[in-house]
Amino acid sequence: MSSTTFGVRRRSSGDIIFAMTNYTVFIALAFLCAYPFYFLIINSISANDVSALGQVRWFPVDLHLENYSQVLQLNGLPMAAVVSIGRTAIGTFAAVLASAFLGFMFSQSKMWGRQFWYRSVIITMYFSAGLIPVFIVMKTLGLTNNFWVYVLPFIVQPFFIILVKTYVEAMPESLQEAAEMDGANIVQIFFRIFLPNMTPILATVAIFSAVAQWNSFQDTLIYITDQSLYTLQYLLYMFINQANSLAQAAQNSGGNLTGIITAATTQTPTSIRMTVSVLVVLPIIFIYPLFQRFFVKGIMLGAVKG
Amino acid sequence: MTLTIGNTTAVQSVVIKDSPTSRRRRGRRQRQQAGGRRSMGMFLCILPFLVLVFLFSYFPLYGWIYSLFDYRPALGLAGSEFVGLQWFELLVSSPTQVAQIGQVLLNTLAISFLGIATSILPLFFAIFLNEVRAPWFRNAVQTLTTLPNFISWVLVYMIAFSLFSSSGLVNNVLNDAGLITQPLKFLDSDQNVWLTMTLWSVWKGLGWGAIIYLAAIAGIDQSLYESAKIDGAGRFQLMRYITIPQLMPTYLVLLLLSVANMLNNGMEQYFVFQNAFNKETIQVLDLYVYNIGITGNSLSMATAIGMLKSIISVALLLTVNWIAKRVRGQSIV
Repeated sequence: MSSTTFGVRRRSSGDIIFAMTNYTVFIALAFLCAYPFYFLIINSISANDVSALGQVRWFPVDLHLENYSQVLQLNGLPMAAVVSIGRTAIGTFAAVLASAFLGFMFSQSKMWGRQFWYRSVIITMYFSAGLIPVFIVMKTLGLTNNFWVYVLPFIVQPFFIILVKTYVEAMPESLQEAAEMDGANIVQIFFRIFLPNMTPILATVAIFSAVAQWNSFQDTLIYITDQSLYTLQYLLYMFINQANSLAQAAQNSGGNLTGIITAATTQTPTSIRMTVSVLVVLPIIFIYPLFQRFFVKGIMLGAVKG
Repeated sequence: MTLTIGNTTAVQSVVIKDSPTSRRRRGRRQRQQAGGRRSMGMFLCILPFLVLVFLFSYFPLYGWIYSLFDYRPALGLAGSEFVGLQWFELLVSSPTQVAQIGQVLLNTLAISFLGIATSILPLFFAIFLNEVRAPWFRNAVQTLTTLPNFISWVLVYMIAFSLFSSSGLVNNVLNDAGLITQPLKFLDSDQNVWLTMTLWSVWKGLGWGAIIYLAAIAGIDQSLYESAKIDGAGRFQLMRYITIPQLMPTYLVLLLLSVANMLNNGMEQYFVFQNAFNKETIQVLDLYVYNIGITGNSLSMATAIGMLKSIISVALLLTVNWIAKRVRGQSIV
């Protein structure tokens, strides 16, 4: 719009002031959003004694990667990484396949009771029995301290189903008619004809689901006490709190933190926290720009429903 | 013979004439039967998924009866004492309980209202970003400002901690500049908790919230702008008389949904930010239910509160939906 709107007119001084204010505000906002991530990264690769004092602000100091090799040997961290990656991979795969299948099936007018079943799935977006009843059901089903609590409740997701259904309904009807004429059954039609043609919307669903799985924290907090099932997010939370109490203990005992630090590469609470944070956020920073256009497409499709 | 022939021809003709139709008819009947079978078949295909929905969304509703018992997990429901509406009465009769619930409700509504008040920001963000001419700059800003939306609240807290704790970056910088002598307590204090929680939500959601408006702006009919320009409208007039009115329907839908979700703040954000200092003012309903239910082990009380919250939320949603239908002729749910 902007090019057509103001393309030919000469720029008045008002325009220039407007543009400058606009750019300044946006640069400030972008900085506020990006700097914290940059801060974590430079602190995780700087000398630990300097970063513990909060002196690393713009550039890494005495760059080293020791923190990463040491953090990876931390108790429980490799296991937590396996759990996080596992739940993200399995959960995303299941959610994508189920959303694709259900979105497709709910677009089939021949299905018995289609409207009723579709509504009873969608309506679950708007109510919940509440934390405690759900907790008790999970316990009854044997899902507490069970890896599958990370996957099973997230397989059927109404919002994704709406996205896929909207997408399928925009596809040409002849696609299905031709396949039916050739005698394909509904499952064949889904896998052979529709699934391969749904890639853009499935990418959207996959990325939404993967981010949600990777970031999920509440389910570990509520359902898991077994340490071998902790996720990276949960471990990070514990590290923040432990580092807190570590620092407090050091202060209470009258000692100072610098006394504990003997070398630039010795682990400090700060270095552990920063390094684990970077490990947790890095996958998202890398994947995110690649998939940004899918997010945009996905939210536009979501807007259709709204 | 003739007759026979005639007959035969007649029969034949009947058969010949009739056969395509009857075959078609039979075919249709078969198809209908097959269609019937298949439509049942289709349903059976989705049945396993419906079972999951039932287990995780509908079946837990049965748990609402825990609010009528003094539920002890060790004894099971059968062994627990039936107490009727005791928990609901307790909510309104015990002064300490009333005070606590009042504070929790106040926190919940205050944070929700601040959220609703700031919900206009993404709209203006989108409008002004759209005025930026350089596409690379637009894309860069959009990418960087949506990034916070994709990290967990734990990481947001980690960032808050490393920047705003008493030994964090901000206190360091202020101290070095000689502006403060004592570290400011951004996190360990009950001052301005509602405000800081809102600011973190804005930080996390601003860029993401703008995407939907950017999409809507891209969909506005260009001829509206062209004719307005011919009439001599300036930049701000175009915004005021075309862009904003065109975005209003989208904004209103989102606004109504956030009104319907007023009691559902979620708990993750407040859980990670809560500590001994800010507990009073940060406890929203969802966190309160967690704190007394899972941490404090009063499962029945937590169920009763969660149940009331769900009922009010659904009532709010239906009301808002009814208003949307009346005003816009279109429901939002």
